[in-house]
Formats: sequence, C-alpha cells, structure tokens
Amino acid sequence: MSVLVNRDTRLLVQGITGREGEFHSSAMLEYGTDIVAGVTPGKGGQTALDGRVPVFDTVVDAVRETGANATCIFVPAGAAPDAMLEAAEAGVPLVICITEGIPALDMLRVYHVLRAAGVRLIGPNCPGLTSVGEAKVGIIPGNIHRAGPVGLVSRSGTLTYEVVQAMTDAGLGQSTCVGIGGDPIVGTSFVDVLDMLNHDPATEAIVMIGEIGGEEEERAAAFVQREVRKPMAAFIAGRTAPPGRRMGHAGAIISGGAGTAESKRAALEAAGIAVADSPSQIPQLLRAAGVR
Amino acid sequence: MKLQEYRSKEILARHGVPMLAGETATTPAEARGAAERIGGPVVVKAQVLVGGRGKAGGVKLAASPEEAEARAGEIIGLDIKGVTVKTVLVAPAADIAKEFYLGLILDRAARAVTLIASPEGGVEIEETARTNPQAILRLPLHALIGLQPHNVRRASFFLGIPAELRRDFGAVLDGLHRAFVEADADLAEINPLVITDDGRLLALDAKIVLDDSALPRHPDLEDMRDLNEEEPSETAAREAGINFIKLDGSIGCMVNGAGLAMTTMDLVKLAGGEPANFLDIGGGAKADRVLAAFRIILDDPNVKAILVNIFGGITRGDEVARGIVEARAGLEREVPMVVRIVGTNAAEAAEILRQANLITATSLDDAAARAVAAASRASGATA
Repeated sequence: MSVLVNRDTRLLVQGITGREGEFHSSAMLEYGTDIVAGVTPGKGGQTALDGRVPVFDTVVDAVRETGANATCIFVPAGAAPDAMLEAAEAGVPLVICITEGIPALDMLRVYHVLRAAGVRLIGPNCPGLTSVGEAKVGIIPGNIHRAGPVGLVSRSGTLTYEVVQAMTDAGLGQSTCVGIGGDPIVGTSFVDVLDMLNHDPATEAIVMIGEIGGEEEERAAAFVQREVRKPMAAFIAGRTAPPGRRMGHAGAIISGGAGTAESKRAALEAAGIAVADSPSQIPQLLRAAGVR
Repeated sequence: MKLQEYRSKEILARHGVPMLAGETATTPAEARGAAERIGGPVVVKAQVLVGGRGKAGGVKLAASPEEAEARAGEIIGLDIKGVTVKTVLVAPAADIAKEFYLGLILDRAARAVTLIASPEGGVEIEETARTNPQAILRLPLHALIGLQPHNVRRASFFLGIPAELRRDFGAVLDGLHRAFVEADADLAEINPLVITDDGRLLALDAKIVLDDSALPRHPDLEDMRDLNEEEPSETAAREAGINFIKLDGSIGCMVNGAGLAMTTMDLVKLAGGEPANFLDIGGGAKADRVLAAFRIILDDPNVKAILVNIFGGITRGDEVARGIVEARAGLEREVPMVVRIVGTNAAEAAEILRQANLITATSLDDAAARAVAAASRASGATA
C-alpha cells in the first residue's frame, strides 16, 4: 500500500521531449514507473525515450489513447500554468508539477480551478513523490530509497533526499515520500498528505520536513494533535535565516516576525512530535519512538 | 523585490490613486529646487527600503525651500539601519484630518489576494495586529473574479469613510487592486491613506513588493531595482543565476537546493560557527557556476573556510568533484575547503577531492564540524 501513486499509476509526462523531461522520464522508467504517454505540442505521432513512449500533441489525445491517470509536468514556468489547466480539462485526476518559478498570481488561479474540478495537485516547485518499489514520479533519485513503514512529507528537494538517505542508511525504509513544494501557493499542504499517510495501512510512522515561512507547519501541528496517533519526527530548516529575506524558495521568508523556525519547532513539539536538530537525528528519533 | 516609495507611488498614480505628486532629489540643492516648484510647505523623505525611517530621522517637514535644502542636507548621507540615504522624495505637506491603512497581500494561508484595512493608519499593520487586532479587516478576495463592489463597500463602512468620499475611496481601492494585479505584486499598501482638512482622500505613503517569479515578464519594473540597497555580491549572484544572501559569519557555504542550503547554515551554527552566506547553486552544479559561486563567496574578506555540500542524487558525484577542483584552480584567494558530495559515484568523487588536497566528509554534521575547525585554524593563523 502507499498513497497517491502506485503500480496502477499510468503516467503521462508533459514536456517529455525537453532536456529535463527526457532525463527524468528515463530515470522514472528505469525505476519501474509505468509511463504511458508524453505530450509535446507539435510532436504528436513521434515517440520518446528510444521508442518506448508515444508522444501526443494534446493531453486530451494522450488520455483518450492511453488511459493516463496522472501527469508529471516539466514545462517551463511561462507555460506550466496552462499545462496544469490542460491536464485538469482533460480529466487527469492527479497533477504533479515540478516546474519552478511560476508567478504566484497565475498559481492562485490554477489552484482554485483545479480544486473546483476535484483534481489533486502536487507542487509546483516540488521534487515529486515516490511510493517505494511501486512508482516514482518526478526527480527524486530512486536509489536513495528502501521499502519500509515510514511515510515522509517535505517542502524541500535535496533536503528530502538527505533525510531519506539517512533513514535508508539506518535501515529504516519508506512507504511514500511526497515533496509538496517550496512555493507560497502549492496544491497540496502538509495537512493533506499527513491525512493520507495517517490512513495508509502501510505507513506506521511519519516524518515531516518543514522550513521557515508561512504557517503550514503550525497548521500541521494542530492537525497532528487532533488526528495522528502514529509516531512522528520532524526537522525544520532555517533557524539561522535572517528575517525579511527569501531563502531560495519563494515561500521561505520570515515576514513581520511570523514563520520562524523556532515558532514552528515549538508548535510541533507541543503536538508531541520529536523535532531533530540535524537531519541525521531523524532515524534515532524514529527508533526511540519504536519504529522498526 | 521591494520598491522604493517614489516608485510605488509612480505605479499607483498610473492606476488613478490620488496623491500629491513630489520630486526626487539626490542633493540638497535639488531638494530646494523641488520645493520651489512645489510651493508651500513640503515633507522631505529618505528613500530607503528598511522600515522605521521616521524614527531614524529620515522624514522631516520644511516650511520653505531653504528649510527643504537644509533638511535634505541632514537626511542625504544619513545611515538608516546600515543603508546610506542617497535619494529623498520632496512632496507637498498635507494637513491630515484622519489616517487609514489600506493594503493587499498575497495571502498564502487563505490562498487568495487579501484586502487589509484599518482605521489606525500611519502605524505598521503588524503593530496594530498586536495591539488592537479588532481594528483590522481581513477580506480574502475571490481568486478568479477579484475585487467586487461589495468588497469595496465592506471596507468603506468598516473604515467609516464619510458618504461624500465613498466614490473616491472606491477609485483608490480599485486602483490599488489593478496595480497589484498588473504588477504581479506580493504586497501593495497605502499607509497612510488620509482625509485632509479640506476633505480630500490622498495616498501619502506607499509600498509595493513584487513577486520575483513574475519579474521576467515585467522588464519595466525590473528597471526599478535599487542597486544602492543591494550587496554588490548579491547583485553579481543574481546576474549569474545563483541564489545568494550575504550574512556576517566566517564560513562560506555552497549547496545545491534551498532547503539543504538553509540546513547547512543551521548545522554550521550548531557546530559552533557562523555561516557567511546562504547559497543555492541549483541543479547539476556545473563547473562555470561553481566558479562563479566560489568567487562570490570569496569576495567577502570575512570568509575563512568554505563548506561545499552537494547532494548529487542523479547527478554524477565525480563530475561535480572535477568541476570543484577545476574551479578552485581558477581562484585568486585560497581558503580551506571542506567538500561533501553525496550521490552516484560518491567514492570516486571523494578520491578526486583528496588528490586535490580538499578536506572531505561523508556526513553533513561531520562536514560542518570540519569547516568550523578549519575556519578557526585559519583565523588563528592570520591573527
């Protein structure tokens, strides 16, 4: 079991013939993800990845011909909002957008249109997700994982890999790892993923990786206190970040004294979550909570 | 990107927000000239992006052009929270009967553009939020249809705008909203919005913060960037496409990924050191970018050691290691370097680094500790 993606995921890749799209699609195929179609306008009828994946001009065509039930978007920031809307219009129920640098006001409109259409959006500006041993969608390196009982949700990319690697090295495997993205407006929140992992029978413990900015970690803490009984560990990046500066991610900013690492750590600890000082401590915190 | 007051007002004026037009000046003589053209009492305001300029002596009234020249002489060159004032705005003084706060923000929690209004104008809204939260109206606007007349009425009645000024208030709010949307802002505020003694509604001060992700489609707004308030190294980094923020410590950090870059800084601090910067080199860590990043880091004389932390993942670690060794050979200044590369071919990477006399580490905690030790040895050697 897993959440969001699994062996039944029939993946479409929008932007499959671009440099990033092709590179990461190839890695996804290698991992075992079932990529059924690609979309690049103007290249319909061709194939990608050494003839293994048919390419279509539009998402509607791709869905009709292949029954794709999820899409991963690699198109540039200027075209990504439309790519998400096109996927929703074609009835794709799960959209994972890797693209970074999408203007927030564009994202606001896309967020509400997809939500009204009942589409689950992960990202944008995210590394994607892996259901270990079943399917990997996005850019998370497949070789850092090991199958096991720990679910993970994170706002970050390489920091997520760091934590996953630390768990794998310590012999703690993962169920599903989800990168929700570092932008101010993202489709899926910590609470959404925590709720899914909480209900996933294959997930026995949960790791949450947050960072400065916004108040999603505080909301997650309130949710955990109310709903989650599985053991949890967390890490929050940005204790040394100066206020008022955007730390790389568009959403990572302490503004008006709110969104600091300390306030998030305090909220998580108050909800009974073990908070690590370094990513390397996550495995021992999970072990201490009885995770095997 | 934050815009200066006079730039923010320029944008709002284009959208019909009423204000008393002023002129910018960079010398006391220019300020006097501006005051002569305006006629009557003026206010001389430092154009800096840091808050609290009034308390720091950066805003002064002047009754005559001579006084304007004298006040500008006091303000230009003034140090406000580390920023030297280069430009002042000379604007007609207004007789204020009532002050309001009016703003729009990108509201992450509500996933909306939210209208914020308060009858307590002229003070920072965060201050009002602490002292008198009931005096603030927060109204998330519909993401697809934007500002509607009923939103305007609600704000207008909340603020107690007099009946005869309600139409004008509608025009102010509409102009603010159009400016926000057309400029792709994160924040647009008028503080204070005032009613004058003679019953006019005017924007006396304004602040706009733009969404950096949208700047590529607004070259005219990019031109409004104030390089006087940006560290030269940050300007260089931006031009090289590197995410960089200068800090005060002695350990330069070069990392791929923003979350990991913040974490690396945190672990340097935890190991007893102070990070000299935040630097996210982005994906791939290509040799030319690595070189540019090293140069930017070493431009800071406080830097005594560099910590490189690359989680390669799919990227090949040996390629990254070669890039680092190559880039280091092109540097003018040498400091100890601790390099940690994780990912495919990490063992080969470590061998390449060792042969080039770089300190290697496998865990991030260990890398941070080694960098802190190297920096303190280096400072000891130079002292």
